[in-house]
Amino acid sequence: MSRLAAKFAQLAQAKRKALIPFVTVGDPHPEFTLPLLHAMVEAGADILELGVPFSDPMADGPVIQRASERALAHKMSLRKVLAIASEFRKTDTQTPLVLMGYLNPIEMMGYETFANAAQQAGIDGVLTVDLPPEEAENCVVLLKERGIDQIFLLAPNSSDERIQKMGRVGSGYLYYVSLKGVTGAGHLNTDDVATKLAQIRNNTSLPVGVGFGVKDAQTAKTVSQIADGVVVGSALIAQIEDNLHDLATAKLKIVELLSSMRHAMDS
Amino acid sequence: MLLKWQHLSQQLIKLTEFKMTENYTMPDERGHFGPYGGMFVAETLMPPIQALNEAYQRYLADPEFIAELDADLQHYVGRPSPLYHAQRWSKELGGAQIYLKREDLNHTGAHKINNTVGQALLAKRMGKTRIIAETGAGQHGVATATVAARLGLECVVYMGSVDVQRQALNVYRMKLLGAKVVAVESGSKTLKDALNEALRDWVTNVDNTFYIIGTVAGPHPYPAMVRDFQAIIGREAKQQCLAQTGRLPDALVACVGGGSNAIGLFYPFIDDASVKMIGVEAAGDGIETGRHSAPLCAGRPGVLHGNRTYLMADDDGEIIETHSISAGLDYPGVGPEHAWLKDTHRAQYVAITDDEALQGFHALTQMEGIIPALESSHAMAYTLKLAPTMKKDDIIIVNLSGRGDKDMHTMAQREGIQL
Repeated sequence: MSRLAAKFAQLAQAKRKALIPFVTVGDPHPEFTLPLLHAMVEAGADILELGVPFSDPMADGPVIQRASERALAHKMSLRKVLAIASEFRKTDTQTPLVLMGYLNPIEMMGYETFANAAQQAGIDGVLTVDLPPEEAENCVVLLKERGIDQIFLLAPNSSDERIQKMGRVGSGYLYYVSLKGVTGAGHLNTDDVATKLAQIRNNTSLPVGVGFGVKDAQTAKTVSQIADGVVVGSALIAQIEDNLHDLATAKLKIVELLSSMRHAMDS
Repeated sequence: MLLKWQHLSQQLIKLTEFKMTENYTMPDERGHFGPYGGMFVAETLMPPIQALNEAYQRYLADPEFIAELDADLQHYVGRPSPLYHAQRWSKELGGAQIYLKREDLNHTGAHKINNTVGQALLAKRMGKTRIIAETGAGQHGVATATVAARLGLECVVYMGSVDVQRQALNVYRMKLLGAKVVAVESGSKTLKDALNEALRDWVTNVDNTFYIIGTVAGPHPYPAMVRDFQAIIGREAKQQCLAQTGRLPDALVACVGGGSNAIGLFYPFIDDASVKMIGVEAAGDGIETGRHSAPLCAGRPGVLHGNRTYLMADDDGEIIETHSISAGLDYPGVGPEHAWLKDTHRAQYVAITDDEALQGFHALTQMEGIIPALESSHAMAYTLKLAPTMKKDDIIIVNLSGRGDKDMHTMAQREGIQL
């Protein structure tokens, strides 16, 4: 069983939901990320999504765009993200790590080289925003052979047929994008999400994480009542952006926000 | 032979009357040109591009749609555009006979309108009320704002803030036409960033919005669809060449940014093995300086903006900032079909520097009294090199994809002249 599947099974048994923070690795500089990852686990994170910065983040709103720009200004790259993941694994062998980013850095590295490097770095899942299942056959096989889950996105306009396809091709969990838009935009509508999740569950048995629009403890709690996992990204990165000159405070605020979400989800 | 074709050159060559390629069948049904092309988009965009593809396939086979498109091309765009024998310039260069496909004479001054007319008709048929577009030089933005005005559709055009400055005249034209022009401040502030922002808009407003992509890039079906709308250029050129000279040309020359004017000229000739096809990329300050926009000549395959193609990217896969004097060629990618034509050696790709492009600009202006766009000037500059190496009875068709009015400001600045 993959580390992701084991994690969801263990959470289900404890009747808890997964808290899944996303941060862009190397934002605002490479040394900030590793201690932050450990601190987020201590604050109650179950799975970590590691954002791989890309020059052209087409699916991201301004907050994550700027995080990418800050990280790239320090020459952050897929290789360096994997190096940081390896460091993390030296002291934490339990928390699943999911890479989230765009396809071109993987294309440049080569699929097989990437799959090997990801395995060696202790990566558990890969979510590539611009790689739909139609184009993913090669990648999925290479990752699966190395025990790594390929995670796909679902959107409000995904049909039954597409949900089934993601359920077949993907593994680990599915990431439901709660609104039509980019990361960090708008507020999610709980009723709409609940309706869509019912449709998703009719078509696949994979766990479902919900992201886009999770901003505070209240939305995290609400989402956790209907989904298997809650993904929070822009709200965390906004703490970094608001405290660029005092990163100790940035880290503290991220920990506080995650702790409050954890508390709300568990109570 | 000559007489047989003569009457045809007088009328519009209709989409329905002319089978373009017998043997060449690219792309496959999922939009692949060999390893290139495809549909590399976020999940929210999969349903709309699949719906677009279905609509496109359906209307391409709908005689009513084709008749409406043909009528628009004739009466609104002003087609057919002439194939003009540049006799003085040909004589001056002392080699091949140069024929110019006069896309500069189209309504709005470039080939871009061939595509926007087609996509706007599709948008209307699909019940969309809002049009978005990206633009570099502003020609596609103007062509989109034009058709949106005509159909009474809301129109938002995304344009890099660097381009907004260097193409101020086109920005004003778009505003006059009722479009909202959004200056994009992210990344390199040029065409690629405008495309990113348009994709972000589309993902947010997917229900009512039709995205008119201006070149043969983006996810399937855009590369094939834009090619098919632009192929009117090559269909006409082929018949006009046959009518005027009694034979096929020996070479086709066109500039390549995303590559829509080039593929429009090339496509109907792909099965004619004797016709050489040459795409001219922008070498900017020179390929060796790294400051250029020539992914086919000096890039490598990767994935950007929904398709796999040659890109300007570094070892980590980050997209490199590009440079060209011409905003319309200032793009780090290229249509996936060009990538395929390059790898299969059916077409050849070369690059022309900013300085050389200016020579082409002046040559055509002085020899023929035609001021070309800076984009098209790259094709002219390559013709300056190519024509003298060919025989006097050889024929080159050069795509004069747009007129230079929009570039007066850039030219004056470059040459230190106060307007």
